[in-house]
Amino acid sequence: MTLSQLWSQLPTALAKLDPRHQWHNPVMFVVLVGSILTTVLAIADPSAFTIALTVWLWLTVVFGNLAEAVAEGRGKAQAASLRAARKDTVARRLDRDGTETLVPGTELVIGDLVVVEAGEVIPGDGDVVEGIASVDESAITGESAPVIREAGGDRSAVTGGTTVLSDRIVVSITAAPGSTFIDTMIALVEGTSRRKTPNENALTILLSSLTIVFLLAVATLAPMADYAGAPQRTVVLVALLVCLIPTTISALLSAIGIAGMDRLVRVNVLAMSGRAVEAAGDVGTLLLDKTGTITYGNRRASAFVPQAGLDDAVLRDTARLSSLADPTPEGRSIVELALERGATDEPLPVGATIVEFSASTRMSGLDLPDGTQIRKGASSAVLAWLDQTALPPSVESAVERISADGGTPLVVAVRDAAGGRVLGVVHLKDVVKPGMSERFAQLRAMGIRTVMVTGDNAITAKAIAAEAGVDDVLAEATPEDKLAYIRHEQQGGRLVAMTGDGTNDAPALAAADVGVAMSSGTSAAKEAGNMVDLDSDPTKLIDVVEIGKQLLVTRGALTTFSVANDVAKYFAIIPAMFVAAYPSLDSLDVMRLHSPESAILSAVVFNALVIVALIPLALRGVRHRVASAAGLLRRNLLVYGVGGLLAPFVGIKVIDLALATLFGSAL
Amino acid sequence: MSDAFAGVLSLLALVALLALAYRPLGDYIARTLESPRHTRFERPLYRLAGVNPDASQSTRSYALAVVGFSAVSLILLYVLLVAQSFLPYSRGMDGMPWDMALNTAVSFVTNTNWQSYAGESTLGWTAQAVGLAVQNFVSAAVGIAVAVALIRGFTRNRSDQLGNFWVDLVRVTVRVLLPIAFVGAVLLVIGGVVQSFSADQVVDTITGGQQTITTGPAASQEAIKELGTNGGGFFNANSAHPFENPTGFTNLLEIFLILLIPVALTRTLGTMLGNHRQGYAVLGAMGVLFLASLAITTWAEVGAHGQSAQAAGAAMEGKETRLGEWASALFATATTGTSTGAVNAAHDSLTPTGGGAVLVNMMLGEVAPGGVGAGIYGILVMAILAVFVAGLMVGRTPELLGKKIRSTEMRYIALYSLTTPAVVLVAVGIAIALPSTSDAMGNPGGHGFSEVVYAFTSAANNNGSAFGGITVTSTFFQLMLAAAMLLGRFVPILLVLALAGSLARQGRVPATAGTLPTHTPLFAGLLVGVVLVMTGLTYFPALALGPIAEALA
Amino acid sequence: MTTTAPVQTPTATAGRTPIASGLLRQTVTGLRLLLVLTVILGVGYPAAVWAVGQVVAPDRANGQIVSVDGAPVGSALLGQAFDDPALFHSRPSAAAYDGLASAASNLGPSNEDLLASIQERREAVAAEEGVALADVPPDAVTASGSGLDPHISTAYAELQAARVARANGLDESAVRGLIAAATSGRTLGFLGEEGVNVLQLNIAVRHAAEG
Repeated sequence: MTLSQLWSQLPTALAKLDPRHQWHNPVMFVVLVGSILTTVLAIADPSAFTIALTVWLWLTVVFGNLAEAVAEGRGKAQAASLRAARKDTVARRLDRDGTETLVPGTELVIGDLVVVEAGEVIPGDGDVVEGIASVDESAITGESAPVIREAGGDRSAVTGGTTVLSDRIVVSITAAPGSTFIDTMIALVEGTSRRKTPNENALTILLSSLTIVFLLAVATLAPMADYAGAPQRTVVLVALLVCLIPTTISALLSAIGIAGMDRLVRVNVLAMSGRAVEAAGDVGTLLLDKTGTITYGNRRASAFVPQAGLDDAVLRDTARLSSLADPTPEGRSIVELALERGATDEPLPVGATIVEFSASTRMSGLDLPDGTQIRKGASSAVLAWLDQTALPPSVESAVERISADGGTPLVVAVRDAAGGRVLGVVHLKDVVKPGMSERFAQLRAMGIRTVMVTGDNAITAKAIAAEAGVDDVLAEATPEDKLAYIRHEQQGGRLVAMTGDGTNDAPALAAADVGVAMSSGTSAAKEAGNMVDLDSDPTKLIDVVEIGKQLLVTRGALTTFSVANDVAKYFAIIPAMFVAAYPSLDSLDVMRLHSPESAILSAVVFNALVIVALIPLALRGVRHRVASAAGLLRRNLLVYGVGGLLAPFVGIKVIDLALATLFGSAL
Repeated sequence: MSDAFAGVLSLLALVALLALAYRPLGDYIARTLESPRHTRFERPLYRLAGVNPDASQSTRSYALAVVGFSAVSLILLYVLLVAQSFLPYSRGMDGMPWDMALNTAVSFVTNTNWQSYAGESTLGWTAQAVGLAVQNFVSAAVGIAVAVALIRGFTRNRSDQLGNFWVDLVRVTVRVLLPIAFVGAVLLVIGGVVQSFSADQVVDTITGGQQTITTGPAASQEAIKELGTNGGGFFNANSAHPFENPTGFTNLLEIFLILLIPVALTRTLGTMLGNHRQGYAVLGAMGVLFLASLAITTWAEVGAHGQSAQAAGAAMEGKETRLGEWASALFATATTGTSTGAVNAAHDSLTPTGGGAVLVNMMLGEVAPGGVGAGIYGILVMAILAVFVAGLMVGRTPELLGKKIRSTEMRYIALYSLTTPAVVLVAVGIAIALPSTSDAMGNPGGHGFSEVVYAFTSAANNNGSAFGGITVTSTFFQLMLAAAMLLGRFVPILLVLALAGSLARQGRVPATAGTLPTHTPLFAGLLVGVVLVMTGLTYFPALALGPIAEALA
Repeated sequence: MTTTAPVQTPTATAGRTPIASGLLRQTVTGLRLLLVLTVILGVGYPAAVWAVGQVVAPDRANGQIVSVDGAPVGSALLGQAFDDPALFHSRPSAAAYDGLASAASNLGPSNEDLLASIQERREAVAAEEGVALADVPPDAVTASGSGLDPHISTAYAELQAARVARANGLDESAVRGLIAAATSGRTLGFLGEEGVNVLQLNIAVRHAAEG
């Protein structure tokens, strides 16, 4: 954040001085009223001190608005590009009788069918009900690679404003104009639809009650001061009040919230409400899809196990040969593994016939020109092909071991002049992404349980779960199982986060406290979740939780800082107010400030400047650390509690020195 | 034996006695309140009162019972006070004036025991024993019942039932307070506290003068006065009076009784929560505040850090010879750290620092360790405040003991922490603005101001001790102070019960590594910090113009 | 955890009663219970303590009345004013040792009147006892908390010994012996402070002077 950014938001900040806007922030409203009051008093009885005080009180209000304006400003740029996507489109509405009518996109109603062909912009949110097409969704995701959208299944949802690149689809409109996904996004990133979150509400209650206490403390100080023979000017009382009420956190509160949503947007996750972001911080259980999150999407070859007595290289080279023409990820992984293990990178022999995988043979392979046939596949299929009844004992035991570990044994066999024989087994397995178990250990340290959700059978699932280090497994999981699991966890008081994309995930997504729908998923899923991941990357869930925590930590840290600040301000202002009546109070002036007036002014200036100084922290967020709650508390208390206690002593002293140097004689 | 050695030894003896009683008594109170069984002695009581002791009450019903019971208590006591001339054993005393009676009735029903009257010259024994002492018991029991209701709010899971107020009231009274008070009273009699129904006796002294010796049922009242953290003295001089506190032994016994239940209730808290370390953490926070205050007061009093103390050679103005500075400092800290308000020395004449420290004890909100019950719910409210601000810093929305602190809870907490400061500040503001207040002050200048601040702080925090130089018999002060006591007692109680209900209705959140641990020394330290900062921010200006200015002079 | 709470009856939760009628119902219950408790706590309890007290420590329960020749002259626990120069003086009292008006001065630590009083008392005591101003002990110049303090410090008693001995024609060492006899130490050796009971001391002085 630069000064020019602050400067550019100044007009917005000034526009927010509208009392109707300020009213939403009770603490800053008090400052506004105080500023107006001192302005009147400064006009009635002008002096350098009252004028300076008045100016700084107004600056306090403006700085508070500035924080909010800067936070909102970051979303505005994004909103502008989204608006460009929401340009008026002409829709080809498909009427009952099969005829097409051209209507403006804004006149579509839910349930309308529209035809979209290559090169055309999809006029509204909907589900593909007919056809398949590649769609450019870069307008919303920023991702230039086209995605496939097809009728039926979990990839049927299309978003208004995206462009069809090829083919023709018929889309059933699911959102009315003005409430489409893009509209929602615009509102979200701009912060216009922002409501206070539950915790913000609770915090506002606390801050308001503190403000009332200080209001009473300062108001009743007037008669007390009169009694003490040291009547106080109203401007001084207002200055004291503004310094005491928690202006810092109140000024930054909404900026912190907006920035939290913004950080999510930066990782391409859209939260439908701030409430969801807050809930993310509280999540106690993460339901993670195995595929794509914990493991790579596909099984990969991890080892060659040759038959007893056979050279490793023979199996390796044969397996490579059999997979050269195999386009599946498994096939490619066998080639990669073979090369890794020292196979030579020779091309497919000329004249070889490719035998593709078929459901009936359950094998794939290669017929070489010399008549040698190579096959790989499930052991039963290979045995049938070889016309044998049993695998060689060493291969048999390898197959059993691999299966027991949750892997997939792929038997490789050849049939040539010497007859048919089994060469060995390729161990295919789900490979856990690197770093996952460390990540889960971190989550565990933060008190979060990870649960792997998979359609695999229990044995396979357990093996991968053990390798990845998750806390629990939900194997052979149906959507009902997921829902039941979520309910069970919630019954025990834990908040649950999950990702989902399919329509059948919708109930679970709706039940979860944080439901992240993949933007590639169905509109049912997107509506059920309270966040949408534009990248459709299930790993994001972990980022989402961390961003939620960061938001809460930032809010707590700045609240603590704000309240701790007050102590120093008392030490600056109270002696200044009463040292004339009670000279003994001079020893409370531990900062040895220049004069009573400069002391009061310094406190007010510090109070205003600290808002600006903390805007970057509010926007960036307190750096998230993986640590136990006790560790986090100790550290943050030290930095923001003790730091908040001490910082203003230094700050006020520095400002006082500056004021004394610049205007020494006037103060 | 040097004074310092004896003083420290007394403190150690006190701590040892409290430590001995801590577990058995704390667990006994928990058992008493959670047991499904009624004793043979209690069943007839329930029958006579028309209570179904096996019914459980909703939050609303519990709160209405507290209010209803306190209302009839107030009325009955008021009637006893204004009509005492018609009662037996009234020593020929007239009925109290209406404003003093109202103030006194409010004072004893709210467990404040502020005294705008002088016992020996105003009250007969019926008013004392049947009126005041009964409230000493039941107002204490009300406080404990409310604290227990709040603890139940934490332990219950998705329920609106907070227990049965009548059962809690009866059990605390007859199973906890009555037996301990009886033993305490007998020990006090053995120590020399009077318990007599003989008429006032005028004796001819050896120098030819006369002295009226008035006794009465003082020991029985003294025991529950301390045990229930009430503090209303049988005699005007309270525990400085030789008939109420004749020796070093009775002095320590009285301090022990003052601290016994507030300290043991932290064990009850831990036991009821099934987490004893939580009880220790709360006790730790209370103990740190208490010992810090005790150290300051003892330093000031023993070191004679004040003008008059310097002039006299020791801070003996307002102190008894047999008790001395050490025992007086300990008593003063105990009585203001709890909401007792009994005094064995004149607080008005304490050194500026000592007087300031006891004033701050009350301003803390009576949580170190606080009044019976009130201390527990007071510190739990502060703990919620602490987790609310600091809890966010661990990256979760705040929770305490498995319950989330949401807007609903925060509303009650905010109003709770607002109530007493608002009452004190507004009342002091009004009083100090009135010219007549200067005439009521017993001392001029900053100290006179301190008297006014002390009076309303004491009333609103239900302490009852005073900077006694102030004359509060004007109708203005009687009513203002009565209002402060009422608001300072029942607004927080109703908020605590609403909070308890709101917590009870929630499901419990299990503790994980991500949960802010609240049973650790770190949290106890945080709690101390929050209590001090909140108090400091609220009262610093008033303190600066009173005790601080005087102490620094 | 201890056992569970009392079971709830269906009637307790059935519907939300309106506040007014609910309050009335609870208030009536409260009144009945308060009356019952008043009998136990307001009559039974003090009577029981009284009964036990009259058995185990009747003298103490009744105020430790001190008699001379069978006639009560005061209480061992209540101080008296002794202005007679032939007797030991008690501490200054804000209550003038009136048994019906216990009170402290309640003068603040910076109160000018208090500072003046302390100075006056110091001068008076120093003059009467013929000692330096600095030798006057604190309890001789300060009023007690009750106004009925039965004790003075041994230092103050010792200070007065010479005058009392002189006035009564007694040997000073004998008077010091009387002081020692009227001195009560700390309870158990460490609780409270040492003090000299002025009434008992003066009775002893009179007795010695007469005897």
